[in-house]
Amino acid sequence: MDTLKEMAGWIPALLQSTGITLSLTIVSVICGLIISLFLALGKISKSKILQKLCGAYIFFFRGTPLLMQIFFIYYALPLIYSGFTIKSRFIAAWIAFSLNSGAYLAEIIRAAIQSIDKGQMEASKALGMGYGQAMRLIIIPQSIRRLIPPVGNEFIMVIKDTSLVSSIALIDLMKRTSQIMSSSASALVYIPAMCIYLAITAAFTYVFNSLEKKFSVYE
Amino acid sequence: MSMIKAENVCKNFGDLEVLKDVNLTVEPGEVVCIIGPSGAGKSTFLRSLNHLEKITGGKITIEEKPLDDRINGVNQIKLSSKERTDILLKMGMVFQRFNLFPHKTVLENVMIAPVHVKKIDTDKAKKIAVDLIKRVGLADKQDVYPSKLSGGQQQRVAIARALAMQPEIMLFDEPTSALDPELVGEVLNVMKQLAEEGMTMIVVTHEMGFAREVADRVVFMYDGRVAEIGTPAEIFTNPKNERTRQFLQSVL
Repeated sequence: MDTLKEMAGWIPALLQSTGITLSLTIVSVICGLIISLFLALGKISKSKILQKLCGAYIFFFRGTPLLMQIFFIYYALPLIYSGFTIKSRFIAAWIAFSLNSGAYLAEIIRAAIQSIDKGQMEASKALGMGYGQAMRLIIIPQSIRRLIPPVGNEFIMVIKDTSLVSSIALIDLMKRTSQIMSSSASALVYIPAMCIYLAITAAFTYVFNSLEKKFSVYE
Repeated sequence: MSMIKAENVCKNFGDLEVLKDVNLTVEPGEVVCIIGPSGAGKSTFLRSLNHLEKITGGKITIEEKPLDDRINGVNQIKLSSKERTDILLKMGMVFQRFNLFPHKTVLENVMIAPVHVKKIDTDKAKKIAVDLIKRVGLADKQDVYPSKLSGGQQQRVAIARALAMQPEIMLFDEPTSALDPELVGEVLNVMKQLAEEGMTMIVVTHEMGFAREVADRVVFMYDGRVAEIGTPAEIFTNPKNERTRQFLQSVL
């Protein structure tokens, strides 16, 4: 009984730091989506240079550890050029997660766009639409529904990856958990902390399932 | 004045020659059916006319306006993209697999190009679309999504969608080949009606009955070439080319 009470006592402090975890996840994936749309369009464009540039970006961000990318942006960039100094740890983490997420989502978006039947582009062209118009009106709207499950998955990945920011001393849920553990000398704090992670994941899963249903009306 | 003039049209996919010196002239109001075995280049030829395929060589002229004059795939005719679109929009296209936009309702499918390409205002486009949907016999379906329609109904919507751009020529690429046999008739009827109204049409088809009844001329293609052209009577009852005879024997 006392153990339960003790664990419940940590929850308010943990929830306070949950805001950082949650807001970092949401702003990063949203920025990541915008970045990834351009990367995906670049990768399927006819321009070899664009293809290579976007490919190199994706290769870099998927091929190096996320933790190292965070450190690089926060610690190394200011050494290269002092103008790159980012004072806010949150903003540094936000940039790292957005850039990283963009790389992962780009492949997802590219695959979703390319999974749309070729006949859709042909029909659009036969009706006089240009490439951009066909993408905007016909192809991308259809790929959105196919994007919902993998984007939901990306959210869930990023929620957990945000725990890496504790290493640049940003007080997220993970960092707060470690702090409580040191001060209370009880590793049991991991239990309520995990429950909070699970609750967030469950909420995202629910939202994305509903979105998927909503976008399936025409199928 | 000819509606379509194709001269010495050639098309290679790598080393494979799919069209070899194809010539065809189509007069206003004429219905031309292209028949022939699969792999003869019928669809490729049709798709070349509206730039879904780039030809390797030859000339294509639409209503006396030069569209292609290609040597080794390079077009000698320089058109701005607007000029090119204007010529291409004289042709409407209907595909074997309908290619309706699944995320748009029937009405939206028919309205989308007039609104976004021709920039007609929405009310006017809607009026045109509603009329066309009625004309193909689907007035009660205008607010449903394509997935709720049968193949025959989808194809009729696709015809309405192409007509909404008010083309002067309609290209049909095996419009009934993906349909269940009992649904073929309703699509052919819409096409017949269109032919009677004087639309210029090129129809790639395996429906010999339709070709015989509706076509003014029938083109038999074989191995990337036009092997024989003639009236339906000439082609179906008295074919001159040995290949035509063999083909008709196998399908009739």
